[in-house]
Amino acid sequence: MTTQTLTAPETGVQAWHQAQLDQGRFLIQRGTVDGRHVYYPREASPFDGSRPEWVEPAGTGTVYAVTTVRRKPEAGGDYNVSIVELDEGVRLMSRVEGVPTDRVRIGQRVRARVQLKDGHGLVVFDLAEVAA
Amino acid sequence: MSAVHVPDGLRALRGSAAIAGVATFGCGESPGFTDMELLARSAHAAVADAGLKMSDIDGFCTASAGATMWAMPAIEYLGIRPRYIDSTMLGGSSFIAHLLPAMMALQSGQCNAVLVCYGSAQRTATFGRKEIGNSRRFLDPQPYETPYEPLSPPSAYALAASRHMFEFGTTRRQLAEVAVAARGWAALNPEAFMRGPLSIDDVLAARMVSDPLGVRDCCLVTDGGGAYVLVRADRARDLPHQPVYVLGNATAVWNRQVSSMQDLTVTSARESGAHAFAMAGLAAKDMHIAQLYDAFTINTLLFLEDLGFCAKGEAGAFVENGGIAPGGRLPVNTNGGGLSCVHPGMYGIFALIEAVRQLRGDAGERQVAGAQTAVAHGNGGTLSSQSTAVLGLAGTL
Repeated sequence: MTTQTLTAPETGVQAWHQAQLDQGRFLIQRGTVDGRHVYYPREASPFDGSRPEWVEPAGTGTVYAVTTVRRKPEAGGDYNVSIVELDEGVRLMSRVEGVPTDRVRIGQRVRARVQLKDGHGLVVFDLAEVAA
Repeated sequence: MSAVHVPDGLRALRGSAAIAGVATFGCGESPGFTDMELLARSAHAAVADAGLKMSDIDGFCTASAGATMWAMPAIEYLGIRPRYIDSTMLGGSSFIAHLLPAMMALQSGQCNAVLVCYGSAQRTATFGRKEIGNSRRFLDPQPYETPYEPLSPPSAYALAASRHMFEFGTTRRQLAEVAVAARGWAALNPEAFMRGPLSIDDVLAARMVSDPLGVRDCCLVTDGGGAYVLVRADRARDLPHQPVYVLGNATAVWNRQVSSMQDLTVTSARESGAHAFAMAGLAAKDMHIAQLYDAFTINTLLFLEDLGFCAKGEAGAFVENGGIAPGGRLPVNTNGGGLSCVHPGMYGIFALIEAVRQLRGDAGERQVAGAQTAVAHGNGGTLSSQSTAVLGLAGTL
């Protein structure tokens, strides 16, 4: 056979990753050559050039950097923005919820949760000890 | 760090070009001026400062934070016909990153006089930062950061500061030293926007923006234009001002998003600095002055470390007790920097212009006596792009 089979249109990794989040599922990628995890999602691993496979992370991680964004109370008040390092070695921007902003500290253990709002999934974190 | 190999072609470019003219215009508040008008006034003043006419300009570099095709209207507005055009946009470091390609163009004979210019009415423009921020979400998306609503750019720098404090014990007082030193220099500079007294306690007590950064840890939002003219060294010697030679220049980008930095306490200034210094055959210790893009107080600490003025983690101690203020161990940001002098969206060109003014001996009350060498370092995005220029007077060739 030399004719190509028509397949359903492929989506890019960003749309697919978001579609999974919208179903409450947080996935990251892993290079198929070096096994190194990749996040945010890429069409090709920046480390080994492979088209990476999707894997479910353990969901546990550590706060790597932290800031409190100051906002007027009438606009919703202060909120946390953190960079979290997952145990798989990748980092992402997110926020730690469920504790006052001044209690979020670098080094704290956190656990990922997919927050659904109007059908849109977003990865946020809770302190691991609180979640346990 | 391993020694940097400098290819023969780059080594030959060392000192091959010199900055012959500089100018600023409308720094601070310039109501009623557009970006283009500020650019044009600066451009004409820099060309005149170089002892040239606009018709002598046959190389052109510019960049805009808003207009993606900015070189075209700027060329049209100035009425020039450049054979060499570079509008590479790397954020605030762009106008320092424009140096090395321009030196290559000059050396090849593609052109003879390169004008690098910038203007922004960011402070007084009606199309404000909020609108620009909202447009950028679509035109320049960062889909994995934007949903968490970091203040752009302060939160990115705040995250880096938090990590620096965690790893090295850097304190908010040490960050405040950077702002106080910048104000000390600004007090000596009539062009600076904020010149009133500022104490460490003032900085610590100022309104918080994105912890650990308060409003006095953040750069100004001003209007302003800046321009410089680069020519081959032999021609520069026949022009009115003492030539300021470009001894080295290098640019590096490792990431766009702050969350993609491999280490939040190490920027690609480590690479741009190592390559620029290697090309110059000089090191940080040989620099008499340093102009380091201080969008936030943490920047100055990171660049003092990454460029080699001190070891990683030691910049907090380096700046203590007025270490980089007038009379300190190293004159840094002698115009008052982005923190106290001028910051119209992108500051890089102003760091370079101040280095030139100091080396020429044109810096008035803030003049650093006998300065022969300078480093001008630009940063762009959110610790995303870094470009380092090493400059010197004739004695350094």
